[in-house]
Amino acid sequence: MTLLSLSHVTRRFGGLTALDDVSFEFGAGEIIGLIGPNGAGKTTLVNAITGVHPPTAGAITFDGRRIDRLPPHRIGRIGISRTFQVMQPFPRMTVLDNVAAAALFAGQSGSLSAARDAAMQHLEFTSLADKAGMSASMLPLAGRKRLEFAKSLAMKPRLLLLDEVNAGLNSTEIDGALDMIRTLARQGITILLIEHLMKVVLNVSTRLVVLHNGRLIADDKPEQVMRDPQVIEAYLGKRYAERNAGGVA
Amino acid sequence: MRLALVIAALAAAGIALSLTGNPYAMRVATTALMYAGLALSWNVIGGYTGYPSFATAAFFGVGAYTGAIMQNAGLPVWQAWLAAPLVSAALAAAIGFAILRLRGHYFAVGSLVIPEVLREIVNSASITGGGMGLNLPVVRLSIQQQGSLFLAAMGIITVAALIMTLRIDRGRLGIAFRCIEQNEAAAVMIGVNATLYKVVAFTLSGLLAGAVGGVYANWINYIDPSDAFDVLISVKPIVMVLLGGAGTVYGPLLGAGLFVLLEEVIWRNFLTVHTGILGLIIVLLILFLPQGAARLSPLALINTLMRKRAGGEGVS
Repeated sequence: MTLLSLSHVTRRFGGLTALDDVSFEFGAGEIIGLIGPNGAGKTTLVNAITGVHPPTAGAITFDGRRIDRLPPHRIGRIGISRTFQVMQPFPRMTVLDNVAAAALFAGQSGSLSAARDAAMQHLEFTSLADKAGMSASMLPLAGRKRLEFAKSLAMKPRLLLLDEVNAGLNSTEIDGALDMIRTLARQGITILLIEHLMKVVLNVSTRLVVLHNGRLIADDKPEQVMRDPQVIEAYLGKRYAERNAGGVA
Repeated sequence: MRLALVIAALAAAGIALSLTGNPYAMRVATTALMYAGLALSWNVIGGYTGYPSFATAAFFGVGAYTGAIMQNAGLPVWQAWLAAPLVSAALAAAIGFAILRLRGHYFAVGSLVIPEVLREIVNSASITGGGMGLNLPVVRLSIQQQGSLFLAAMGIITVAALIMTLRIDRGRLGIAFRCIEQNEAAAVMIGVNATLYKVVAFTLSGLLAGAVGGVYANWINYIDPSDAFDVLISVKPIVMVLLGGAGTVYGPLLGAGLFVLLEEVIWRNFLTVHTGILGLIIVLLILFLPQGAARLSPLALINTLMRKRAGGEGVS
């Protein structure tokens, strides 16, 4: 079943075409890895889906409904949530209230106390429960990443857009994050994972899409994409492909 | 609980003052409560929501003129005092929708223009008496009773403002306002309708300033454009809130009291250089108490000192 579909999506900033005629579809429950070199348009794609920078041309449909002209706060409420590459906590609010705010406004928890209860569950899932009363600015990097995660879960997403959630984490922390991603996918949440660490992408993704200069140059199973000469040329590099050719196949 | 204590203390002080009947003390107390109302008004938009409005004088002035015009048309005082906040709130909602698209310094400058424009309009209209201003009908009470009435009226506005602030602080509005203050882009991403909540904050702020303006007009008995839309009416409440603690429930009250007392003491003792000395004290207070006096607790002070010592050891 198609959850989200992009059809000929283009986004221009003045003379720069950041997204150029991108079309693809997300099925429910997929974990899609989005890769590409810096400046390929990955974050612009997330911004287009979430309404921050709506497409200049083309259509985005979520669950059968056009969303490309909805304001961002409405998109947040219909079940699309994201984490930011640069974390965006509310620094002078407690960790609990950061998540409660997301539950209250996007997750549509009726009252503030219901939102705080829901938030506590998400903090337990992301192992932040013991830091609930702490001011969000006091969290270390890994904690703030998990807080972003908890906030986006509190929005009761059906589609979760994860923009480099693993950047800057050590390998134990990455393993923890991947476990969480797999658990969520099993619960039926569709995940788009923007990631630079190829090991991570290949580890969890059921499908890979590759952007290069704003264009979609590949959309296939990970093992197919890894052999695609265009992808090797644009992103992976010949040496990486040769070294890993045996492992993936 | 704390609110009940604060209200009881305010009421007791007000009754005691009314009984002693010292006109000077009553005037200072009424001034302090008037500014407490304005500081609580600014606190909603500037403190909680983080939009530094310089438009307080606009809503204060519109409240004052609404009250004056209604009473000159023969309507009773109580109707004028109820209408003043409502008219100001409606104006704030309309203006807020237009200028709350601006952020940061741009919003500050945009809001600064509003009282200036209103002053010019009031200056040239006939219903407002133009530059001549408006006299208000005298309330038929003894001087002593009038003093008590205006003290009580300003006190009731302040208490209502405190109750409103407490409800904001503990509820859904407070969460939305703080999210916008701390990171508006992220607030929108978690589903906060930022435009709506900013207009709500601005409207509530206008409501309070209008209420204060309505009572002020009767208290002073005469208003003119340069008095009702005075830029100091916008600026002083900001200083008071920063002094007391922005985005706190009791900080604005504390800041207003502190400011008015300082102003009186310094004005009486240093007649020629009082504004200079007041300015210096405000700069020093804000430099050394950036969080405001309301967040100053013995415990926090000890914590800060301990952290400083720990940091010192780390360096050596």
